[in-house]
Amino acid sequence: MEGEPSPRSGAGFHQGSFPLAVNVDLQTDATLQVDISDALSERDKVKFTVHTKSTLPNFKQNEFSVVRQHEEFIWLHDSFVENEEYAGYIIPPAPPRPDFDASREKLQKLGEGEGSMTKEEFTKMKQELEAEYLAIFKKTVAMHEVFLCRVAAHPVLRKDMNFHVFLEYNQDLSVRGKNKREKMEDFFKNVVKSADGVLVAGVKDVDDFFEHEKTFLLEYHNRVKDASSKSDRMIRSHKNAADDINRIASTLYTLGTQDSTDVCKFFLKVSELFEKTRKIEARVAADEDLKLADLLKYYLRESQAAKDLLYRRGRALVDYENANKALDKARAKNKDVLQAETSQQVCCQKFEKISESAKQELIDFKTRRVAAFRKNLVELAELELKHAKGNLQLLQSCVGVLKGDT
Amino acid sequence: MDLSKKTFHWMMTQRICLQETACYTNAVTQEATEEVSLDSPEREPILSDGPSPAITPVTPTAMLTPRMGLGTAEMFERSLDEIEEDDSGDTFDMHIAVSDPEKVGDGMNAYMGYKVTTKTSMTIFSKNETTVRRRFSDFLGLHSKLASRYLHIGYIVPPAPEKSIVGMTKVKVGKEDLSSAEFVEKRRSALERYLMRTVKHPILLKDPDVMMFLESSELPRAVSTQALSGAGILRMVNKAADAVNKMTIKMNESDAWFEEKHQQFENLDLQLRKLHASVECLVCHRKELSVNTASFAKSAAMLGNSEDHTALSRALSQLAEVEEKIDQLHQDQAYADFYLFSELLGDYVRLITAVKGVFDHRMKTWSKWQDTQLLLQKKREAESKLQFANKPDKLQQAQDEIKEEIEELEGKVQQGEKDFELISKTIRKEVSRFEKERVKDFKVVIIKYLESLVQTQQQLIKYWEAFLPEAKAIA
Repeated sequence: MEGEPSPRSGAGFHQGSFPLAVNVDLQTDATLQVDISDALSERDKVKFTVHTKSTLPNFKQNEFSVVRQHEEFIWLHDSFVENEEYAGYIIPPAPPRPDFDASREKLQKLGEGEGSMTKEEFTKMKQELEAEYLAIFKKTVAMHEVFLCRVAAHPVLRKDMNFHVFLEYNQDLSVRGKNKREKMEDFFKNVVKSADGVLVAGVKDVDDFFEHEKTFLLEYHNRVKDASSKSDRMIRSHKNAADDINRIASTLYTLGTQDSTDVCKFFLKVSELFEKTRKIEARVAADEDLKLADLLKYYLRESQAAKDLLYRRGRALVDYENANKALDKARAKNKDVLQAETSQQVCCQKFEKISESAKQELIDFKTRRVAAFRKNLVELAELELKHAKGNLQLLQSCVGVLKGDT
Repeated sequence: MDLSKKTFHWMMTQRICLQETACYTNAVTQEATEEVSLDSPEREPILSDGPSPAITPVTPTAMLTPRMGLGTAEMFERSLDEIEEDDSGDTFDMHIAVSDPEKVGDGMNAYMGYKVTTKTSMTIFSKNETTVRRRFSDFLGLHSKLASRYLHIGYIVPPAPEKSIVGMTKVKVGKEDLSSAEFVEKRRSALERYLMRTVKHPILLKDPDVMMFLESSELPRAVSTQALSGAGILRMVNKAADAVNKMTIKMNESDAWFEEKHQQFENLDLQLRKLHASVECLVCHRKELSVNTASFAKSAAMLGNSEDHTALSRALSQLAEVEEKIDQLHQDQAYADFYLFSELLGDYVRLITAVKGVFDHRMKTWSKWQDTQLLLQKKREAESKLQFANKPDKLQQAQDEIKEEIEELEGKVQQGEKDFELISKTIRKEVSRFEKERVKDFKVVIIKYLESLVQTQQQLIKYWEAFLPEAKAIA
């Protein structure tokens, strides 16, 4: 069972310890436990405090912490991807870059529009935006943590040298972001890879298991992508509706205080009600975001990582088949036979090694996926129920009071 | 009429002691005159404590004195005082439904016809149930007549629904899509509310044109309601002139009640407009939410299809079904948001414009009175100057002329004062009635709206409760 994003307790932008609420395996494994115990949000970067507890002999201490930034996580991820030894594993997807731009923009707009709203409205909206900022912050911390936990839980990756350096080296890793040239190289590599991927995907696999996985993953990945973007849109509409209710509550309050007839009681009561229901609606949107949208986003990245694994295996298969052909040719010409033989053997070994671990990885992927969906869907339903019941109670009691008044 | 009521009331009101009898004929029902009393006891609370202008009691006479320059509308210029509900033995029991919109004709001359059904047990109507067919311009024509008759003497005439060139063109052109269906429904509902509000007004209910509108099978085509007709253009010119005049009239408000109420209505107007805008936003976002939820439902179904773990696949399909039902729920809620909440607010924003208009008319009446007074003063000055004029032969003639003019003006000043008194009194009653209606309307709608929200939550609970075991069943 692997970890997936889950809500964190803790407040403020300088967080306390995060209880790790996910991975069953991790909890029983005392040899290496990793978590993000603290995080600090500065103007344009986030500093994560990575905390490790380990009984492994290769660490100098049993418990230690270092401060890392997002680029260092990416460096670690990329080092896994580029390592040929790990070709046969699903590399845990890299956490997305912390993105506060949207939130920051909103805060700025709010500041500009300060003159056009009442003081209460302004304070309320400011609180809303701060809560939103906080939620994004918590999410980014969770995603970085999940990445580390996945690595720590993987039997092979946890032993990686770079990983240990990442965890222990208490100086800056001096990992700079990729410069322009490297970014261009990456871009071209991806182009080649996609073209290649198409070719490789076209090769029918002898092994039924992998053939099935290939077709499955291709379709699944696309559909998860679609579901992820649609769920985002749905949740955004939900948030917008909650914001509207907020404004309605404010105006009702003003109406209530101004009105001299006895409908003012109604206005005030309903304003109060809407303040409360709006908070619940905002929570519903936030929970849907956490349990549904984040889940889909995560499995979008995981299914991509699984596709990458299949691609690498396919590549290895093509190389193996080419090596076979080359060997046959060499034997026919009786030229460079030894070279061709060693080359073919290397390819064969590589391919078989990848195939073996890939099979296990893909089976694990399915198990993880099912467990994660189950957990999140159950929690989603429970939260929706909880909020709907809360809403209902507020509404019914208000209706009761108002009906009694007339 | 009830003499005891009159005397009781006479004792109660020391300040405003105008008593008049209105003579009123109903062309359709052939009723004779009805005498009514002013200021029924329940109106008491609205009379202000401030000083009222000095009034001379007027002896009751039947009057239909023609005013200068006005046509048949003048019939109703005298105070049409509160017609007690108990007069004819009827309590207000009337229900009007506007239904069955049907397109009549083709192309740009096409129009929407609506069925108007009136159900009532009130005796002033000839039948218990009447059905007629009317088109939108008929409604506008009715409002136009009522407005010209009652607005300038202080009655709050409910405004008719707004024209919409875009909306109607779509319908004429024959676009059979969702938005034109929505437009027709919106209009139908607005017309119904308009009629109900109009008949709830005790004075307007008895107006012959209202009766005719509800009962007679054929109505003369109201051409003057078209925007570009002669009457339409005249309306626009008058509106502009009014706006200019409003700016130049500086009224000495001696009555604090009016000052206060005017301010109150300004505040109410501002807040209602704000609220209306927010609710319209909410309607829009809820519709969006519904669309996006439906889209997500489809996507989740697809995901469920491609998922190769059977239990998870089934759960995802169930999720898709739940979301589909929820999308319908959002749609229904948006409908309620709009028809209950948003339209009520829109109606009241327009109603308050009518209220403000009535306040403006009072100002104009005052201004007219003041102008006449000024003129009188000038004439008097001219008269005294004449004494020192040095043309003795022409003096007598000039003096007689001026005496005549002065007499006439004195009469006008008296009338102007009376008119001002009357409109002030009428407005007080109207405002009180309006506030009562407003309170009732809002209370009823708010409760209905909250109940719609309750229902939505109850449905949500049902859906998620059905889904939860499915999610738990994933093994």
